[in-house]
Amino acid sequence: MLMKIAFRNILRNRRRSFMTGSAIAVSAVALLVFGGFITYIFTAFETGLVRNIGHLTVFRSGYFLFGSGNPAAYGIDDYDKVMALIGNDPVLRPMLRVMTPTQSLVGIAGNFSGGTDAAKTFFGTGLVVADRQKMREWNEYGAGQPVVPDLRMSAAAPQRGLVGLGMARILGLCGPLHVVGCPSPPVREATKVPGAAAAPDLVDLAHSELGTNAHPAQEQPRIDLLGATANGAPNVVSMEVAGVDQQGVKELDDNYVAMPLALAQQLVYGRGEHKVTGIVLQLQRTGQIAAARSRLAVLIAQHHLPLEVHDFAELTPFYVQVVRLFSMIFLFLTVIMGVIVLFAVVNTMTMNVVERTNEIGTIRAMGVRRNGIRAQFVLEGWLLGAIAATIGVLIAFAVIPAINHGGLNWTPPGNSGSVPFRLAAPASRLALLAGTWGGLVLVATFAALLPANRAARLPVVDALRHV
Amino acid sequence: MLDNNPPAVRLEHVVKTYRAGAVEVAAVRDISLEIPACCFAAIIGPSGSGKTTLLNLIGCIDAPDNGRVEVNGQDVGRLSDNALADFRARHIGFIFQSFSLVPVLSAYENVEYPLLLIGVPAAERRRRTAAMLEAVGLARQAKQLPNELSGGQKQRVAIARALVKQPDIVLADEPTANLDTGNGAAIIALMRRMQTELRTTFIFSTHDPQLMSHAELSFPIRDGMLVPHEAEVPA
Repeated sequence: MLMKIAFRNILRNRRRSFMTGSAIAVSAVALLVFGGFITYIFTAFETGLVRNIGHLTVFRSGYFLFGSGNPAAYGIDDYDKVMALIGNDPVLRPMLRVMTPTQSLVGIAGNFSGGTDAAKTFFGTGLVVADRQKMREWNEYGAGQPVVPDLRMSAAAPQRGLVGLGMARILGLCGPLHVVGCPSPPVREATKVPGAAAAPDLVDLAHSELGTNAHPAQEQPRIDLLGATANGAPNVVSMEVAGVDQQGVKELDDNYVAMPLALAQQLVYGRGEHKVTGIVLQLQRTGQIAAARSRLAVLIAQHHLPLEVHDFAELTPFYVQVVRLFSMIFLFLTVIMGVIVLFAVVNTMTMNVVERTNEIGTIRAMGVRRNGIRAQFVLEGWLLGAIAATIGVLIAFAVIPAINHGGLNWTPPGNSGSVPFRLAAPASRLALLAGTWGGLVLVATFAALLPANRAARLPVVDALRHV
Repeated sequence: MLDNNPPAVRLEHVVKTYRAGAVEVAAVRDISLEIPACCFAAIIGPSGSGKTTLLNLIGCIDAPDNGRVEVNGQDVGRLSDNALADFRARHIGFIFQSFSLVPVLSAYENVEYPLLLIGVPAAERRRRTAAMLEAVGLARQAKQLPNELSGGQKQRVAIARALVKQPDIVLADEPTANLDTGNGAAIIALMRRMQTELRTTFIFSTHDPQLMSHAELSFPIRDGMLVPHEAEVPA
């Protein structure tokens, strides 16, 4: 009977219930759409990171804090044995999707071919091309862009690499690489870009190391990479530039060089033992990070290895900042919506109590307890919230696919180009769906409590006298 | 017959004063009375004489400032708020001047409501509700909402609602005040008939001479006090 009375009273004041219900439904739609938006950002961002740097990276102890200035000093000894230890572990093996070594390096890159005379510092990465191709196929959430196989680097071309668009621009590679919209550096009497002071020496060193006075005629341009070996001796290698790989952050883009692992090791370790600065682990699912990390810690301790493990969030503070920023915005929106719903329901239920004061007196006289009155109005608030929130969820189910098929594009944080605008479907984020629905219903129920208490406290005779 | 039954209501030196800001209004002043069970009793007096307050005190929806109210042998002053609600649910039926039906419930549901409050099983509930609507002549209007009924029909529903739980006492506050003469007479006849059939104590307030004439007992009240008993009106 309580439910029957509650439902009919909601219908009895249709316009008022409609307005209040609209506030609740719109809140549900707004929270689900925005929640879907940031969910998509998070998953797309995470997908991009996991494709590039995996879930976990094993470093030599101290590398994370001090190694970026001198990666060569933090090489992992016998890294192939460490990889075998990890790959053969019965706990880790089922979780692993890709395990690949990587070598970070710094140095000076120079382009002295075809009349160009430019050099600058670079941050390089040596990688196993086939492994990286497989890593780019990870797509746990379906949020990643379709993978187009990148054949510019391959195991068959051990000296071929990629540079950032900014690096290509600074080194005057845009013309030879036929990069559209990438200007050539201005021609000056004496071209001196940062780091160019070392250029004549670098040219001489490169020519002596490579045993040539000039690069032979070739289709792809080449750059010379100068670095210091782990022993501190200067070393140089020549890399064929197969193309540009634009990075989302300008500072990185201006310094980025990717090359085959063997080439990086040749530059950093010369004829010495080839090591790597990291062993990248890409797991089947992000949810396995804690378990994998825990198991790695056990293995490292058991074998007394001077290693440490970091996940992709630790290695990418920007990711954490983006997550926090959007989470705060979502929280702010949630609070605003919650307050709107709270006041709307309080207002509606207060008016209901005033209008039904005589009815309250009547049923109290008939023997309904104070708690019965309280339950009646709280139930009405709950029911109004439940109906409106359900309608809002259904609208969101219709709106989100429409937006996703609207042909909108945008440039997410950290991306170099625009991508299709997508919202995560509510059905795929049950926590968001349940939280939105449950939260709004809870607020509506709580909002009804105040007027319900007022109704319950009404003296019966006063309520009966009310006109 | 009346003298041999224990009283349905006993009031001893009951006082009730209302306060409106600094103004105090003595609605009931030191009233003592006894109303025997199974009688058709009237509290009569002009507007503002304290009739409704006296009914409220008997109906346990208001508490006296002083004095003792005993209903059905129970000193209601000793009961908690919840216990009073339960007591009302089981022992007292109300009929209001303005009908006071729950507007979102049909005639049937309004009559059924008191039975839900005292936990009557569904089958028994259906039987008693239907029988009561039949008894007040509204079986065909069972599904209609209060706003689809006439004044007389609403008051019949209110009578059915008050009687369906077979209470010991039915309190009616000017039950014919909002009805025309014809409907008023019909309602009086219905209440009298139901009281006789169900042997329930009926206490009503009125200043309607037509209704007064049906009372077995009458309690004239003026300015919150019982006036000297002028007459015991024969049934």
